[in-house]
Amino acid sequence: MPRRVAIIGVGATVPRPVTPELSYRELIHEAAVRAYEEAGVEPREIGTFMPCTEDFYEGISISDEYSNDQLGAVLKPVHTIGGDGIHGIATAYMQIATGLFDTAVVEAHSKASNVLTPHHIMNYAMDPVLNRPLGENPLYVAGLEMSRFMHESGATSEECAWVVVKNRRNALSNPNGAFGAKVTVHDVLSGPAAFCPLGALEMAPPSDAAFVVVLAAEDRLPARAASPVWIRGVGWSNDSPTLETRSWARALYAEAAAQRAYRMAGIRNPARDIDCFEIDDTFSYKELQHLEALGICDRGEAGKRTARGETEIDGATPVNASGGSLGCGHMLDATGLFRTVECVRQLRGEAGQVQVKDAKTALAFGWRGVPTTSGACVVLGA
Amino acid sequence: MGMRRVAVIGAGMTRFVRRAKETPKELSFEATRMALDSCEMTRDDIDCVVHGTAPDAFDGVHMKAEYLCDGSGGVGKPYTRNYVGGGTGVFAPIQGWYHIASGMFDTCLVVCEEKMSSCQPHPQGAFLTIFDHTTERALGPNLLWIFALEMNRYMQTHGITLEEIAAVSVQNKGNALDHPCAQLGKKTTVKEVLESEVLAWPVHREMVSPTSDGAVALVLASEEVARRATPKPVWIDGVGWTLDTAYWCTRDLYYPRYVETAARMAYDMAGITEPDRQIDIAEPYDPFAYKMLHHMEGLMLCGKGQAPKLVADGVTARHGRLPCCPSGGLLGVGNPIAAAGLMKIAELFWQLRGEAGKRQVPGTPRKGVAQAWGDLMQVGTVVVMGA
Amino acid sequence: MAKRVRSMQDFDFRGTALSADEFSKGKVITTTGEPHAEYAWDCGPAISRYLEELRNGRLIARWCKRCNRTMLPPRMFCELCWCPTTEWRFVRDTGIVNTFSLCNITWDMKPLKTPQIPAVIEIDGASAGMGIMHLIGGCDPRKVRIGMKVKAVWKPAAEREGAITDILHFTPA
Repeated sequence: MPRRVAIIGVGATVPRPVTPELSYRELIHEAAVRAYEEAGVEPREIGTFMPCTEDFYEGISISDEYSNDQLGAVLKPVHTIGGDGIHGIATAYMQIATGLFDTAVVEAHSKASNVLTPHHIMNYAMDPVLNRPLGENPLYVAGLEMSRFMHESGATSEECAWVVVKNRRNALSNPNGAFGAKVTVHDVLSGPAAFCPLGALEMAPPSDAAFVVVLAAEDRLPARAASPVWIRGVGWSNDSPTLETRSWARALYAEAAAQRAYRMAGIRNPARDIDCFEIDDTFSYKELQHLEALGICDRGEAGKRTARGETEIDGATPVNASGGSLGCGHMLDATGLFRTVECVRQLRGEAGQVQVKDAKTALAFGWRGVPTTSGACVVLGA
Repeated sequence: MGMRRVAVIGAGMTRFVRRAKETPKELSFEATRMALDSCEMTRDDIDCVVHGTAPDAFDGVHMKAEYLCDGSGGVGKPYTRNYVGGGTGVFAPIQGWYHIASGMFDTCLVVCEEKMSSCQPHPQGAFLTIFDHTTERALGPNLLWIFALEMNRYMQTHGITLEEIAAVSVQNKGNALDHPCAQLGKKTTVKEVLESEVLAWPVHREMVSPTSDGAVALVLASEEVARRATPKPVWIDGVGWTLDTAYWCTRDLYYPRYVETAARMAYDMAGITEPDRQIDIAEPYDPFAYKMLHHMEGLMLCGKGQAPKLVADGVTARHGRLPCCPSGGLLGVGNPIAAAGLMKIAELFWQLRGEAGKRQVPGTPRKGVAQAWGDLMQVGTVVVMGA
Repeated sequence: MAKRVRSMQDFDFRGTALSADEFSKGKVITTTGEPHAEYAWDCGPAISRYLEELRNGRLIARWCKRCNRTMLPPRMFCELCWCPTTEWRFVRDTGIVNTFSLCNITWDMKPLKTPQIPAVIEIDGASAGMGIMHLIGGCDPRKVRIGMKVKAVWKPAAEREGAITDILHFTPA
């Protein structure tokens, strides 16, 4: 079997709605300094580097050009992944497992505040012939999906609103929670309409941040590294990219990704075998849909269990104790890495007021957002 | 250390054309379908898919690989995009390699597509935003500048003449006459190349590869699957890739050290100590004529400044001692960015199997090297393949 | 069981070439669209100061103590030794041409009446080989040479806006 691989250092900047004082270079550099310090390595000692981004998020064509200086990776093996940060984690895992490298770095960042026309850019990801001409703001896709998900699963608007209430409340206790707030189900449901049934308060606001994660093989852990958090399983998958043929009610990409990760990690019952979950909550209903797709809740149960408080920090299956995207912001393709870093902090017992008791195993799941059907999952163990 | 061996077992490609009728998804599909057919596999036999494609601005779709997923056979499968600018086409098989060499998968589809003609009024528009948005873009740079600057520095440092560089266009366009997918195969002369329009001195029109539409796909497999699937697997013996600093004006552009560092990594893995003697056939990246020479030097197939002599002496001709770009290269076959790089890997696959038809190099080539370059004179991607 | 080998000769290659005529005369169906992608990039401390000093008619660099490199454009960390840079240093607005081109066309392949002359210019006072990309002007294009000394031609102070274009071009010194 492949070598065991651990996360030995994480570095992050605090997510915030704007970061005008730093360029992307300095933002990433700050995260990298922290990560290398934790891992006890110098960048020149690291084998391989994987930044994760897409051109239109950067406003740069061939944006991988500008990916290495701030990581200390000049003339090193560096290649960009057009994927979520968890796709990056999976890639780093594979590269170490080949035996070609002993250490790897994954980087992802968001300068969402610098993107002035985010919905136009999202629309530019739509099929140019069949869908793009239909409208300027493709977040209607989320409304369509939410309708069908609620229809098939029986989840209610109130249950979706509970996700917002919980995650923003959790964020109040997390220093990374840029959007922490005390809101009620009534506040959420009576907030401005957006893409009905999706309300404006049910959509994660954008934030800026940078994340760097250092991984190493078990047989080559640096002497000064932070206590290792093991990669127990990784999985990723796509469903159909076309709006016309995809599954609207079920997140099939998440089901396939999770099955792979669970098989690798030897997990039969995720709700029992995993102690805390940081999963995509770009929109309120997405947390519920993903809970079911990841097999953490039975179909039709995620909303009920959320409303009963079972996904609270002290509940049976704590979900997004960090506050998730609704509480800390959506960070483009860095969002998955944010979730991974939050899981690492939980497993090290460093999560402060949002610490889940006795967290030994954690799961992070990222989705690449509208209009994709692309998701990636990692199971981590202390 | 016993690294898991990975082989190429199937390849497919579309014609490279100035404007294709097919959509980007259809181009991906045609190449993928041919690659699967060539080794008598179906999508059910494929464990995972990797997609290489260069700037989203060409096809005019943000997160382009997500859009192309169904054309590339990725629906319901682990699917990831890699992206290293022009180096992408030779990086994609490296990505496929580590998917399998990691032990996680046994088969992988590697697909590269580019439909540059969608970008109007000219695909060069996609390159306007490759420069630093604050310190460079205000000058209004276009892509030709950076090539002309590098070419001039290379010529000046070694005293290389325009005639010597034009000879590369003559060779590669001539080789492309025998490639069924080629866009620009033709018999031409040094004189004709030098009489073509000077776009950005010293770059002449006939020294530049065209803009193209096209797709290429490969099927990669673990040793066990490869031996079952075909009597003639072609092994990926070595892989290398490195990225130099983005501060490109602080480097001496006369020499592509980003290619050398990548080549050293690939040669080390493949056990190649004397590339000029041990490599039978090379596909250096040739989007511009001087680039083939520049990259031959970076690949250490000859000393610095020595590549022009090898071309002049016929060493790099299809029947020479070290055939370079027997496919016809990007200058002759065409340059749908990522697909063009993967075309070079497909060429080695066919050459090392003895299936290259009229393009077949004589003898029994055993080792080949393919390379691509990308970004602001930054990326080297190198693959060594063995029969 | 070894399968039959199918070589590339067994295939009819797909992909249908359209002529320029078929395309421009609308004999194929196309849809059109433009990206509306707008950005406001945060410059950060190094580049912000660089732009401010351009407005003042000066070039400023950052110095890396460990590498003893004076770097242009300025940066808050050294990409080679990867330490924070420590000092601002003004450099001169003169330099030598490292490489250049005479560009006769626009990005969309339209001819230019007089060639543009992009160049990499090694700036005096910065470390050896430390260049920036800019334009050369105010001289006969046929006279430009690698190794030539050049100096910056600035916009009048009142017209400068804190951009790289506050230098109009470099001209033979």
